Amino acid sequence: MTQTDPYAGERLKHSAFHEREAALNLRNAWSSWNGYLFADYYYDPDYEYFCIRNTCGTYDICPMQKYMIRGSGAETMLDRMVTRNVGKIGMHRVAYAAWCTDEGRLVDDGTIFKLAADEFMLTCGSPCSAWLEMSAFGFADVSITDVSDEIAGLSLQGPTSCAVLKRMDLTDIETMKPFDIRHFPYRGDTLMVSRTGFTGDLGYELWIKPALGLDLWDDVYTAGEDFGIQPYGEAATNMARLEAGFIMPAMEFNEALKTIHFEHDQTPFELNLGWLVDFDKPHFNGRRALLEESRRGPKYTLTKLDIEGNKPATEAYIYDSRRCRDEVGYVTSAMWSPSAKANIALAMIRTEALSKKLWAEIYYEKELRQYSKVARCTVQKKPFWAPARARATPPPDY
Amino acid sequence: MKRFDAIVIGAGHNGLTNAAYLAKAGLDVLVVEKNDYIGGAAVSRELQPGWIYSNCSYVCSMMRQAIHRDLDLARHGLLLVPYLGTANFADDGSTLLSYPDADANHNELKRLSPRDADAMHRLEADLARYSQLIRKTLLRTPPDPATFRIRDFRELLYLAKQFWSLGEKEIYEYIRFFTMSAAEFLDDYFENDLVKTTMATPGIIGTALGVCSPGSAYILLHHVMGDVDGNIGAWGLARGGMGAISQALAGAAKEHGAEIRTNAGVAQIIVDNGKATGVVLENGDEIDSRIVVSNLDARRTFTRIMDRKDLPPGIYEKAKNFKIRGSSGKVNIALSGLPKFTNVPDNRYVNRGGQSFCGSMRTLERAYDCWKRGRWSEDPFIESVIPSAWDPTVAPPGKHWMSNFIQYCPPELADGPWTPEKRDQFGMTVVDKIERYAPGFKDLIVHMEVRTPHDIENEVGLTEGNIFQGELTIDQLLFNRPFPGYAQYRMPIGNMYMCGSSTHPGGGVSSACGANAAREILKDLKRPNTVPRDDFYDE
Repeated sequence: MTQTDPYAGERLKHSAFHEREAALNLRNAWSSWNGYLFADYYYDPDYEYFCIRNTCGTYDICPMQKYMIRGSGAETMLDRMVTRNVGKIGMHRVAYAAWCTDEGRLVDDGTIFKLAADEFMLTCGSPCSAWLEMSAFGFADVSITDVSDEIAGLSLQGPTSCAVLKRMDLTDIETMKPFDIRHFPYRGDTLMVSRTGFTGDLGYELWIKPALGLDLWDDVYTAGEDFGIQPYGEAATNMARLEAGFIMPAMEFNEALKTIHFEHDQTPFELNLGWLVDFDKPHFNGRRALLEESRRGPKYTLTKLDIEGNKPATEAYIYDSRRCRDEVGYVTSAMWSPSAKANIALAMIRTEALSKKLWAEIYYEKELRQYSKVARCTVQKKPFWAPARARATPPPDY
Repeated sequence: MKRFDAIVIGAGHNGLTNAAYLAKAGLDVLVVEKNDYIGGAAVSRELQPGWIYSNCSYVCSMMRQAIHRDLDLARHGLLLVPYLGTANFADDGSTLLSYPDADANHNELKRLSPRDADAMHRLEADLARYSQLIRKTLLRTPPDPATFRIRDFRELLYLAKQFWSLGEKEIYEYIRFFTMSAAEFLDDYFENDLVKTTMATPGIIGTALGVCSPGSAYILLHHVMGDVDGNIGAWGLARGGMGAISQALAGAAKEHGAEIRTNAGVAQIIVDNGKATGVVLENGDEIDSRIVVSNLDARRTFTRIMDRKDLPPGIYEKAKNFKIRGSSGKVNIALSGLPKFTNVPDNRYVNRGGQSFCGSMRTLERAYDCWKRGRWSEDPFIESVIPSAWDPTVAPPGKHWMSNFIQYCPPELADGPWTPEKRDQFGMTVVDKIERYAPGFKDLIVHMEVRTPHDIENEVGLTEGNIFQGELTIDQLLFNRPFPGYAQYRMPIGNMYMCGSSTHPGGGVSSACGANAAREILKDLKRPNTVPRDDFYDE
């Protein structure tokens, strides 16, 4: 009789790249994401962060949720669901999108891949089958398939990422513009490449069927050997995305469908994603509430802050005076940015306070003793990190 | 004829920093540089097509973060990338790897000596404590202890307060530390020779002292007190080579309106009635200026580009006797592939970054003996880095370049002047030594640049090729640098200043000297200060 693992139900799933990743995870620094075993980091978070900014690295996006939305009604259904105009997405193009409840609160954000006139792939951080099916109700000829486990994704990010793909003989890869999608014949199958990512730097995402995952990994790593390739995990991703000014669930926003307390979720306007909301297109979920909000202005606005000193303002409160009497907001993410050489943060700040001088009350520890300081904050409009290579076509080799 | 507000002589990193801050205050600034490229000793040079050498300074840890941030050097293209570890090679074939992970490091040390593995924690804490104190002075003007000006008195009090806060025991230790040798200092901690040797090498880099010479303990501290993003003791590489630092500083200076002129060596500083009024270039051009700032070292400034008659008595002698002894060479090598080192695992993280061919404490001292006798070390200490293992911009893909810093190499040989043949022999000494630890190394060599102190002086302008612009011994530090009474960047001639590493806080790509000088100049010119405080240690 074969022994069954009594803990099988508690063990986490392995991604298509797990075998290679486990060998490189020298620190056994694992956490989890959507039921998958997932690396926090492999060797050193700072080193991996610098690979994203200096050479290149790979990030396993197998645990990301992927849905195929097919049928002649797919486009109208998606257009009804998300706040931006899906009709404007070009063929073989990717668009960042957000979707809201009727009250205009953010359910999740993700990317929409237009693969054909009647075929879209939606990717997002958290499972959302139920919401998709609810959104498809009443639309003729729409099918929704969860392909999360059928498509493996590997994100390749950093200044040498294009050079690596060139060395893999992906013809004309350098002509891909940001948000383009291309298909390449690969080991008798197809490799889909999108010029997308979550680091604010030059980068691509590679999509393949899981059975070819290890082959893809080996090919990418063979090609990347001379270009400083290194796997990176959640820690480095979080640093890079914060520099780029991208939002993270459970950091900047609380998913509306999982929110208990009134208005502890956020709207796109509060998250500074007003540019994603298109009131000129036909009706979409949350339109009325968002229209109303756009008229009176959001209560809070997600703001990029450059903070004096070098102590990260993690979980700090924001005040409109040095004396810290009236709280006007809170920091959602903070770090010392090694590339920008600045003490950066994203903070939710009451919109009316944005015109005032802002201060953060920062707590930090030095050899077990707690200290606090009040630091001046400067509102920054642009991302902390936005290199020209991220937008250049063709991109440079490094 | 146009009259500038300020002329800065020498487009090294401190000169460019100085110019950037003066220009930021609204001054009309001109930087004149003798070479046809800028950067001084912080340069990236493509001496072999496809390979970009940082052919003088090669790593960075002292760069003041406050300046990096304030001048927005990131936007001007500067990215400092920390590198991870170093492999240390002993004469007897044993090795010691230093890992970025504390536990891994501890295990590795334990392999050689469990006692030393524990002692390392104590050394690190002590060095961090000593560093804290010095680091606080880096972006400050040293007080003059002989004047009774309120400002100096206040600064002395500040230093005293920092000093007393160490506690009684540490105050004694600290005073002792400044006059100790690296060897004596490390004897207090370690028993294993390779551990000691590994830790001792920063004590001799760039200095004409041996591991057993008093004063080398401070040099050791000077090399470990830097940081990358707050990780004290870490070293970083500038993406694109050290020239990226100078280019970013030049970008900031130009953005603020400074002008930089290359191929414009200064023949003489013009002095009229005890005041500097401009410079004469080597091509005969005269340029007028309200003030003149020299980024050249103290000896070169006062003995080469000034008329002795313009100087107060004594200064010329002080400059002539300024301790600025050349002791190091540099061999830059383009490689067709990564060398394979014996007795170290093929660890892609650690094995690629740094190599220290340190031998033993005895070998280090013997190497110094050669220098004293006017010869290059037969068995030199070599500190190597392979920047291309980290930086994709400095060599073609799959190819590499190796920076080799050699201690010791004299500026003048006992058996006559340096010749190209002798220089090549010196280079071969280095290559032969590396070949011993990496068989097949010679076959990888594509191109090689050998630089003796003599070459460094001629090309870069550092007297005797001394990398610090003057020894970092206590008689030439803080309020003694470059000379007692002249440590506040003002020189004995009116309207004349110094901003190079000959001034406080000394050598290293820190930008601190240039920034401190700018602050003093702006004070004299009654302009608002543009130089930031060192925000890193404000807590």
